[in-house]
Amino acid sequence: MRRLAVRPAPKRLIPMLVILVAVVAAFAAAPRVYSNQLLLFNTIVYLVLAQGLNIIYGFTGYLPFGYVGFFGAGAYGFSLAVLHWHTPPLAALALGTLVAIILALILTPLLRLSGAYFAVANLAASEAVLQIVSNPNLTDFTKGPYGISLEKIYNPTLSYGAAVVTLAFTLAIVVYLKSSRFGLALQAIREDPISAGMAGVNVVRGRVLAWLMSALVAGLIGGIFAWYVSVFYPETVFDLSVSIFAIVFALFGGTATLVGPILGVLILYGIYNVIGISTPAYFQLIYGLLIVLLILFLPNGIVSLIDRGTRRVP
Amino acid sequence: MSREGSSGAGRPPILAVEHLVKRFGGFRALDGVGFTLNAGEILGLVGPNGSGKTTCINVISGIYRPDGGRVLLDGHAAGGLPSHRLVRLGVNRTFQVPKPFLAFTVRENVEIAVAYGRDPHADPREFIAFAGLGDVVERQAATLNSAQQKMLDLARALSTRPRLLLVDELAAGLNPSELEVVAEKLISLTHLGIALVVVEHLLGFIDRIAHRVVVMNAGRDIFHGGLGEASRDPQVIEVFLGG
Repeated sequence: MRRLAVRPAPKRLIPMLVILVAVVAAFAAAPRVYSNQLLLFNTIVYLVLAQGLNIIYGFTGYLPFGYVGFFGAGAYGFSLAVLHWHTPPLAALALGTLVAIILALILTPLLRLSGAYFAVANLAASEAVLQIVSNPNLTDFTKGPYGISLEKIYNPTLSYGAAVVTLAFTLAIVVYLKSSRFGLALQAIREDPISAGMAGVNVVRGRVLAWLMSALVAGLIGGIFAWYVSVFYPETVFDLSVSIFAIVFALFGGTATLVGPILGVLILYGIYNVIGISTPAYFQLIYGLLIVLLILFLPNGIVSLIDRGTRRVP
Repeated sequence: MSREGSSGAGRPPILAVEHLVKRFGGFRALDGVGFTLNAGEILGLVGPNGSGKTTCINVISGIYRPDGGRVLLDGHAAGGLPSHRLVRLGVNRTFQVPKPFLAFTVRENVEIAVAYGRDPHADPREFIAFAGLGDVVERQAATLNSAQQKMLDLARALSTRPRLLLVDELAAGLNPSELEVVAEKLISLTHLGIALVVVEHLLGFIDRIAHRVVVMNAGRDIFHGGLGEASRDPQVIEVFLGG
């Protein structure tokens, strides 16, 4: 008998690696043939965030509505390191990511909550960080509500490259979770934490590691976002709609898969950019209808069209 | 029965429960229960509903922390350890209401426990076949019937290579021929040196497999010995039939 889930045979790993390489190569090459680099960049940001959300929600079942808090923490960690200590961008990215991870560590007690309680508590935590960062009394340190300006290190080419590398890294984490015994253990925790414990899985450690991994990628792409746009306000990087978009994209495509969140971002963020900006009313109508239809007919996302409930989708 | 005294021979019993207390608010679900169990022995844990049998198993398997008393595995304190640590020490269990990973296939349910259990090189097929699930290996656990899900619980528990297996009402809902098959399977485990605590309402099933019984009432052990003696014990009769 094959032991695919525990020791992945190439049969299951290869399609995922092909998808990973294809997506990363497409975004690496796209700026040469498509002039709207900002749109490409934002798509990468949402791909990373949707996959980061997939790590924590898809694999362990925790839905963090305040997920954008890690993105903002990374953006501010990066920016403040650059502003105050003139840290070179790559080192500042490491610091920004560290700030997001520290925030995640501070929030680990939230993992004791479940369902809506966790979602709401996490949302409140993200709002609290926003209020601290944008507090006018902290203007000397955080620039308060006046926002960040990093024109001295502005470098769209290099920061775009960093975003592509982060995309590759994030997709690699999901491929690992899809093909390793650790990823199966996380899904076991999602299915039934008591049974997972009786299967020998360290439930607390698994949840915390998934939580930190998802915070890590959000913090990293948050720092890169700050680098790329170089001028932003606290509300930009702690915007609740960033969380909502990442959640909707991941759910629309299908969580606990590699392709689901990718399809979700490409389809929904595509629609958003085609009609969302020019005719927002139509966009919201179509968006709303899509989400209602999805929840009614495809609660496991569009990947469930390919393979219903067998968890065999890459 | 004949094995009962063997703990005195120097080696500590595989499981010793001493004065175990578990409170839920003001209610003492366990109120000083105690018993011991040796390798290869089957202990029947019987008693009326609410007497604390399942709570006792939940404490021994790390799902609840004890509020008093001790759980000793091979003489070492193990009360309050998390489940995955107890699994490493050789404890596992089945659930009264089976708890498989519903989205996983039968094979994946067992593979995960093999991978994180005491023998990562074990062959999952061994446990699936033992549990009689060879025909449904690639089926999703959610599609199994309740008897199959119970057997999947058993397969998952065994795939971590336990030395102490806690069986919570595995027999309930099985027909007589299935009961006999399960009885033989459980007895065969004792030949591997596995010790079993079996919680069961079907006294015929207990009589078939258990070497001795502990009768529980209101969180305490009120009788230790053979099931036949238990049925003549005035206190046990009072608890089961009313005074």
